[in-house]
Amino acid sequence: MSTTPAIELTGATKRFRTPSGALHTAVRDLDLTVAQGEFVAVVGPTGCGKSTTLTLVSGLEEPTEGEVRVYGEPVSGIDPKVGFVFQQDAVFPWRTVLSNVMAGPRFRGVPAAEAKERARDWLGRVGLAAFEDRYPHQLSGGMRKRVALAQTFVNDPAILLMDEPFSALDVQTRALMSDQLLELWAGTSSSRGAASVVFVTHDLDEAIALADRVVVMTAGPATVKEIFTVDLPRPRSVEAVRLEPRFVELYREIWASLGEEVRITRERGAGRAA
Amino acid sequence: MPLETASAVAGKPPAVTTRTEARERAARNRKLGVYGARGVVLVAFLGLWEVCARTDVIDPFNFSQPSKIWDQIWQWITHGTAQGSLGEQIGYTLYEALTGWVIGVIGGVLLGIALGRIRFLADVFGPYIKVLNAIPRIVLAPIFLIWFGLGPASKVASAVVLVFFPVFFNAFQGAREVDRNLVANARILGADNRKVTLQVVIPAATTWIFTSLHVSFGFALIGAIVGEYIGATKGLGLLVAAAQGTFNAAGVYAAMTILAVVALLTEGLLTFAEKKLFRWKPADAGDGR
Repeated sequence: MSTTPAIELTGATKRFRTPSGALHTAVRDLDLTVAQGEFVAVVGPTGCGKSTTLTLVSGLEEPTEGEVRVYGEPVSGIDPKVGFVFQQDAVFPWRTVLSNVMAGPRFRGVPAAEAKERARDWLGRVGLAAFEDRYPHQLSGGMRKRVALAQTFVNDPAILLMDEPFSALDVQTRALMSDQLLELWAGTSSSRGAASVVFVTHDLDEAIALADRVVVMTAGPATVKEIFTVDLPRPRSVEAVRLEPRFVELYREIWASLGEEVRITRERGAGRAA
Repeated sequence: MPLETASAVAGKPPAVTTRTEARERAARNRKLGVYGARGVVLVAFLGLWEVCARTDVIDPFNFSQPSKIWDQIWQWITHGTAQGSLGEQIGYTLYEALTGWVIGVIGGVLLGIALGRIRFLADVFGPYIKVLNAIPRIVLAPIFLIWFGLGPASKVASAVVLVFFPVFFNAFQGAREVDRNLVANARILGADNRKVTLQVVIPAATTWIFTSLHVSFGFALIGAIVGEYIGATKGLGLLVAAAQGTFNAAGVYAAMTILAVVALLTEGLLTFAEKKLFRWKPADAGDGR
């Protein structure tokens, strides 16, 4: 494995023109490096621009200033190495479960038979083999999320971007999905080394339980405030790791940093309301 | 599975089955009640009309009466109309309406999707389409008669202009309002622009397009009928015009009745096709979101 970082953001800034015409800075001067095979969680106050960071890495949006590199190459357009799991449901409602998972390979020109085989393999791994003929509306929220995971993993992404993927799920399903994600992620290591993951969340518990490093963002415009290394041993079980003293210690440490930004965001919101 | 059901039937007390039966019976009765009431309404309306006409409360010469209308329809069926057999008239009108509808729908969908997807085209053509839409298009029928003559072509043309706009606007809106997450997801998964249009935008817009198909088939019929009414050699619209010309009120109503039946049948076919096509939608999507 080479030492080129999987993701490199240097001085990345993103400004949007809001509908009212004002210039809104979502991300300012962001520096972040993600090593190959690393699992990085990004936490920050709501609406601070965490998601924008992901769209910059994915190539869905271009930075206004600064540079984004993936495996040393500047990002221009959507990189086939990238997988993206969205916050909202983004599976195609008019396709069956199997056809949804086949979509990625088919879009990329893989023959139907091979795409079907790969899709079935991944559906088996997320435990949905028996549901391949269903339409998304016939599944529960957790099952739809698993379809989305299979849909993303079937493309064998070297970089996995996740934008609060489990935020719409109930607590139990969430823990289950987190465990499954860790399992799937560990499973990717057979082919080319594990995928590098950037996992955006506002749930600090989830962030510490999953990640190698936790990045704390400032209140918007987002920029990196502090980075914490999570030295909990792997493989982890999300439910069990929460009870370890080291977890609690880390939680307290990171929350000291994050809580301040949350307070700033809240005060700003209050100021705007007043 | 069969074992399970068998044991369930054997094990459960008969009270449950009777209760389910009672509920089914109640549902059946309710359905019968609705159909019955509908029948009563129809009979009462027609009866009142008939009675009023016979007792000269309303002038039967102007308003006609159900029995005469039925006689007229029966006469057309058995002896044909002055323009030829009744089936031929219906066939002509349907042919014109269907041809106009198909052309209008294809044009509307293609242009709607294209303008919905390509910003530049939308910005250039948007105002022109608005202007054209503002014209009361039914007045174009006489012009089409001049351009295309008495044959079916002029009726097809008026059907096309009536059908095109609602379909176009719905397809345009549908293409515009595709969930951005779906498009982003497709692009990340590896779809190029063409695949996004064909495999994401078009399926997502079909709900919108189908809503317009129902309305627009009615418009196609109107276009064909008005075209025939203004000038034709065959068709139901001509039947109306001919009946009117001979002060045959029953003839006008008879032609209207036949038209209504034809429109309802095609509407039924369309609903059937829609059900087949939208298996992926939750059953209650119509009133849900």
